[in-house]
Amino acid sequence: MRDLVEGLFRNIPSGVGSHRKDVKLSQHELRRVLEQGAGWAVAQGYGSARDLEHIEENGTLQGAQPEAVSARALERGRPQLGSIGSGNHFVEVDYVAEIYDAEVAQALGMSLDQIMITIHTGSRGFGYQVCDDALQVMQKATAKYGIAIPDRQLCCAPLSSPEAQKYIGAMYSAANFAFANRQLITHLVRETFEDVLQRAPRDVRIEVIYDVCHNIGKFETHLVDGQPRRLCVHRKGATRALPPGHPQIPEVYRHLGQPVLVPGDMGRYSYVLIGTQQGSAETFASSCHGAGRMLSRTQAKKVARGRAIVRELEDQGIYVRSAGRATLMEEIPEAYKDVSEVVDVVHGAGISKKVAQLRPLGVIKG
Amino acid sequence: MPGETPHPDIYEPLSHTGDLGMVVYGQDLPELFAHAAWAMFDLMSDATTIRPQQTVTLSVSATDVEDLLVRWLSELLYLYDTQRLLCCTFTFATLEPTHLVATVAGEPLDPERHPIDTEIKAVTYHQLAIAQVAGRWQARVIFDL
Repeated sequence: MRDLVEGLFRNIPSGVGSHRKDVKLSQHELRRVLEQGAGWAVAQGYGSARDLEHIEENGTLQGAQPEAVSARALERGRPQLGSIGSGNHFVEVDYVAEIYDAEVAQALGMSLDQIMITIHTGSRGFGYQVCDDALQVMQKATAKYGIAIPDRQLCCAPLSSPEAQKYIGAMYSAANFAFANRQLITHLVRETFEDVLQRAPRDVRIEVIYDVCHNIGKFETHLVDGQPRRLCVHRKGATRALPPGHPQIPEVYRHLGQPVLVPGDMGRYSYVLIGTQQGSAETFASSCHGAGRMLSRTQAKKVARGRAIVRELEDQGIYVRSAGRATLMEEIPEAYKDVSEVVDVVHGAGISKKVAQLRPLGVIKG
Repeated sequence: MPGETPHPDIYEPLSHTGDLGMVVYGQDLPELFAHAAWAMFDLMSDATTIRPQQTVTLSVSATDVEDLLVRWLSELLYLYDTQRLLCCTFTFATLEPTHLVATVAGEPLDPERHPIDTEIKAVTYHQLAIAQVAGRWQARVIFDL
């Protein structure tokens, strides 16, 4: 595990401002990334068509408008494709510790003690700049459309306005950047396993189970007062959890419901859940997307001060490598709520159902 | 450790569950804006380790003074993200409520000398405030981490 984690840490750029030195994208190529998402990565040989069948919207959100994206966003994003970044972003090697729904787990390709890899990262500096650009436009739009808001960060425009439409085109470009980013990292994970374990690609079968974007607005049809309506559902601190049979779930999983990935903290466990009909009716198909913080970053650093966090985790059988010292301190397990309690609430409320619990063996952090 | 050494005359860090903020002080508007920028680099790294080895001139426009503060810091963050430039001194040729022209000095990030751990994704408008309190200027800014 130590060799695997060291290999992942070496091969996947992580940390503040992390970027790739070997993937140099032209403007034209980056435009294709924004239009095609994970599909671009697969076309470049980073993964297979089979991967795309297991990614939300097959790894490409339709409706991206690269022309709605500023030159600054392109500049910030270009060197960062294929990197993790910092904060709560990570790549983790886990094993399946418990199975709650054998049938669904089997259909997803998960079995007890199986090794799993979890990747948590997104659109990097590209997305931050898309947000920054939109905030500037929306500051003016809020006044223009006479919208009263309690906090300037909530600046907005009507969905049908040109300002909002342009933002959606840019936001979807960022989502596609994120799909491509994670697909590249999936490829790097596979290469690392092949390299460290000295196996041929066909002997290291790492299959994508699911990949989903959160912190984004998505257009979906839900029942409102008994009538189907097309809504823009914005999930922040939440994730999509579509019910069985929903047309926006990849075909291979459509009969099951959407896989819901809920990372916990790096010392305890993460969960895989599945979307339900009840969640669809009660929460517009939304579920929790993580444990949630218990301590602020500053408090966590105070608690962690003077402790050998890497050693503590190693004693529990979890090998951790991190690009930044503060990141590890901010991300100590006790900074987070116990995700099992969060997941039990979600399961108990019927919003989504527990499928399996994953426990970490190795983690690389930004 | 970034942001660890207190500089209470310049700024105080604000704890915010998932994010990080600061309250910044200044005798006048130019000092407030300079301190805000210095404090941001101190939260990202340790601003006392940054040497003024190269300069850049920036021009920023905004709708009002609070917006100007956010855009000023965002501009510096953009400079850092694209050119790895950490800044430590900030001189204003113009500073009006909706426009500023500044010359900033700093040096590119050197991981050997600059402790750097915290990635600030963005400067936000959340709970943004600029006010004059007891004869000096004060601003609150929350960052998205």
